Amino acid sequence: MAQGVVKGFGGQRVLDSLDLAVDQGAIFALLGPNGAGKTTLVRILATLTRPDSGMITVNGYDLASDPVRVRRSISLTGQYAAVDDVLTGRENLVMMARLLHLPRRAAKARAAELLDVFDLRDAADKRVKEYSGGMRRRLDLAAAVIARPPLLFLDEPTTGLDPRSRNQLWDVVRELASDGVTVFLTTQYLEEADQLAGAVAVLHHGRIVAQGTPAQLKANFSEPGASRTLDEVFLALTEAEPEASPRYSRENEGAIR
Amino acid sequence: MNDALTDVSVMITRCVRRSLRDPEAFFTALMLPIILMLLFVYVFGGAMSSQATSTSQYVNYVVPGLIVLCAGFGAGTTAVAVATDMSSGIEDRFRSMPIASSSVLTGHIAASLARNLLATALVIGVALAVGWHPSASPVHWLAAAGMIIAFILAISWFAAAAGLLVRTPEAANSVTFVIMFLPYLSTAFVPARTMTPVLRPIAANQPFTPVIETMRGLWTGRTVTGASLGHEALLAVAYCAVILAVSAASASYLFRRRSA
Repeated sequence: MAQGVVKGFGGQRVLDSLDLAVDQGAIFALLGPNGAGKTTLVRILATLTRPDSGMITVNGYDLASDPVRVRRSISLTGQYAAVDDVLTGRENLVMMARLLHLPRRAAKARAAELLDVFDLRDAADKRVKEYSGGMRRRLDLAAAVIARPPLLFLDEPTTGLDPRSRNQLWDVVRELASDGVTVFLTTQYLEEADQLAGAVAVLHHGRIVAQGTPAQLKANFSEPGASRTLDEVFLALTEAEPEASPRYSRENEGAIR
Repeated sequence: MNDALTDVSVMITRCVRRSLRDPEAFFTALMLPIILMLLFVYVFGGAMSSQATSTSQYVNYVVPGLIVLCAGFGAGTTAVAVATDMSSGIEDRFRSMPIASSSVLTGHIAASLARNLLATALVIGVALAVGWHPSASPVHWLAAAGMIIAFILAISWFAAAAGLLVRTPEAANSVTFVIMFLPYLSTAFVPARTMTPVLRPIAANQPFTPVIETMRGLWTGRTVTGASLGHEALLAVAYCAVILAVSAASASYLFRRRSA
């Protein structure tokens, strides 16, 4: 999916020769602390930011030469709910559906359907300004799946949500994945990756320092005889200095891939 | 319907809805023409109706200036709306969707045009109510309407470019101040020849003046600059065309650059 991606801002390398491959039809979690470059990577993959160098294909389309095809095959939900505050939930969904060139009637029907699926029927005709954080995220996600995209990017989908809203959102993500949508999510929460994802990569200082299933990561970083939680693995990986971090990936390369 | 046309019409609907649902801004935009008209006619009007403005009734002089002033305020609103949009997450969604990127700005411009035409209609309505007697024929009225639309489009694109440039809604607010200040340094409220010599050439030659004089010439039959109506109109159209072209090009460039 991505090879040798480099992106710098103001002389700082945010992504440093990053390589990453994600399987289709599964939930993939990109884990990393604040400032690791998660959002930058997602923005590059979603055609919002151009990489300085590197080869990237998304859903088989070359990102540099065919961004329009890429855009047609993805959907992005950013860290900040990308919905219009001043419009109602229903108006937001109808607007997005129309922008995806659904005919008027189909757009209305799809909006109504999604409001049901995402448990927003009662608030459908209230302005988004009045929504709670959880409702906003659900509306945001609903907007992202209007066109049933094969690949969905979720940038920190549950940051700032209370546990109940977070569980609701997890359920929605699982349902989407079971319908065959590839979900690429970023998170700072180990539990989220552990709960949702079939594959996890840890991003630290602009590089992927570990990759595999949650179980593999736990096994690889455990002392013999002691089992570690994913939390401990994550801390061990990201507490290391930047110079030291590649060591982990090299040591464990064979085991993870 | 063609996809690009759908995109534009959806964006226009969105921007118009947003305008209508900001009751404070909307109310201000509607009150401003009324208050300014009453202020200029009943407070300043007595002192202004003199040989200087060569009208017995100041209202006959001031209407074009107030239209331009209100359009300046409306453009400020557009700058703020564009900057607000750019600083919210929804732009990222629009940009990651396969839509005509020009439709986002076109939506703002169309909403701006609608808001400003409403304010212009109010200025004209109130003016007629307080005794404005334009001597214009229907053809002159049509020409004046064309001038107003051209001016609003030019200033709206300028505002959109400014909103994209400053990025934050707070900074965009200062655009309002600049655009609303400029008409005072034109022939909007007093003829340039009554000003201090330093200001005279500025007032006589800045872009607002020919626009105002074109409307004045069309409605009252004469300009106050001494130039012919045809000359002012040509200059006004040229100014509007240049401002529109440069602003639209810069706005499109700035809009695209933000996605890079």
